Amino acid sequence: MSSEEKRDKPGRLLKTDKPVGITGYGAYLPRYRLPASEVSRIWTGGMGGKPIREKTVPGLDEDVVTMSIEAARNALSRAQIAPTDIRAVWVGSESHPYAVKPTSTIVAEAIGAVPDVQAADWEFACKAGSEALQATIGFVGSGMASYALSIGMDTAQGRPGDALEYTAAAGGAAFIVGDGASSLAVFEATYSYVTDTPDFWRRAHEVYPSHGDRFTGEPAYFRHVMAAAQVIMSDLGAEAGDFDHVTFHQPNVKFPSRVAKMLGFSEEQYKTGLLADRVGNVYAGSSLLGLSAILDEARPGDRILVVSYGSGAGSDALVMRVTDIIAERQNLAPKTSHYIARRTEIDYATYTRYRGKLLTK
Amino acid sequence: MNLSQNWRLAEQRYRLVGEICPHCGVKIYPPRDACPDCSQPAQERFTFSGKGEIYSYTVVLDAPEGYEEQVPYLIALVKLDEGPMLTAQLTDFDREPEIGDRVEMVTRKLRTEGNAGIIVYGYKFRPLLMP
Repeated sequence: MSSEEKRDKPGRLLKTDKPVGITGYGAYLPRYRLPASEVSRIWTGGMGGKPIREKTVPGLDEDVVTMSIEAARNALSRAQIAPTDIRAVWVGSESHPYAVKPTSTIVAEAIGAVPDVQAADWEFACKAGSEALQATIGFVGSGMASYALSIGMDTAQGRPGDALEYTAAAGGAAFIVGDGASSLAVFEATYSYVTDTPDFWRRAHEVYPSHGDRFTGEPAYFRHVMAAAQVIMSDLGAEAGDFDHVTFHQPNVKFPSRVAKMLGFSEEQYKTGLLADRVGNVYAGSSLLGLSAILDEARPGDRILVVSYGSGAGSDALVMRVTDIIAERQNLAPKTSHYIARRTEIDYATYTRYRGKLLTK
Repeated sequence: MNLSQNWRLAEQRYRLVGEICPHCGVKIYPPRDACPDCSQPAQERFTFSGKGEIYSYTVVLDAPEGYEEQVPYLIALVKLDEGPMLTAQLTDFDREPEIGDRVEMVTRKLRTEGNAGIIVYGYKFRPLLMP
């Protein structure tokens, strides 16, 4: 048992007084794919390892706003509520199109949720989406709102030639949280584990992020993800074997697979939500897209653990139980697998054009 | 197009909000407050499904100002299932479209007014995600 797990701090889990859950969810991935072999061809002469098979690339007319709108529309289709019933639209991303002007107001307008709605953009590197989801649980659980929408979506920036260029991808998922009785999955608890850890950052006005190379592993990703998972499981009195599905932030295939095994999970438990090999690291959308893929396949009674990770650094853990309502909602919108299957391969030259890396003026 | 004009059109551009004539039932897009069929006042809002088919199209290689970065792109006349015809860009086509192709509305970036200007969002049409 680790030192993190032994700490005696009653009440550290974040719980609501009344049951709340996910009433609708929706994924989005752009259609373009850049194989890792293309990045390798340009920068390493085709030599060296590749962290994933391929990553998603947004089209010229896509950004976090347009991608969030489609994911939100999918979530609305599944929730089967009027957009005017939503009291919060919260978008977590590290690629908001504007430095000043909310993504969330454009999304709220486009889905028809304005004007009786709270709107805000959330930031915390790759966990901006999961913290927005946590906040909607509080917003609804307190009785302040009947429904609240949270989105984790990114069009991640990768410096040409950097190790992260293989994986920095685009996509995410949206979740509408509402009363437990009308939910397809009801939350048991959530938990956040946060420290000041300088593993990855991007200063204002910088185009590309900087990172601490190997410092991003043990003291950053593994420490926070492990601790968040261990605390929520121990405080709920649960063990790895009690879960049907688990998904983690997935910057590559290796990290989430390794952390799953360190926590005692089998491949059977994490394979449904592990998408990084085919989509890359969709940053603020990463663990939430994994959750979307799990909900697409989940059955009533399934217990799910989600653990995000955001650099800087922190992890949010969420535990939920799937209800009987899941079956009638799964087919009301395109599944995550529809977007993964919708695939147009591009080469590195097209990628540099689509991502605005060419100087044309 | 200026800031206020974009702002006024946001609702119809983002989610195809038009009108329905309370007198003859005709669905109207873009909204114009008088029915083009029966000339009666028509101000009841109607949100279109976004589904339709390609009536005609062309490929744009010599783009107007503000759209140069997107060439080559497709412009189509799309006949909505509810009746009206509108002009819009096609997106997510890997192949040459065909007249009669089923399409659906998505909200995308229409243009960006330089590095410091506004980003204009609006409808485009793509092949059905789930035919």
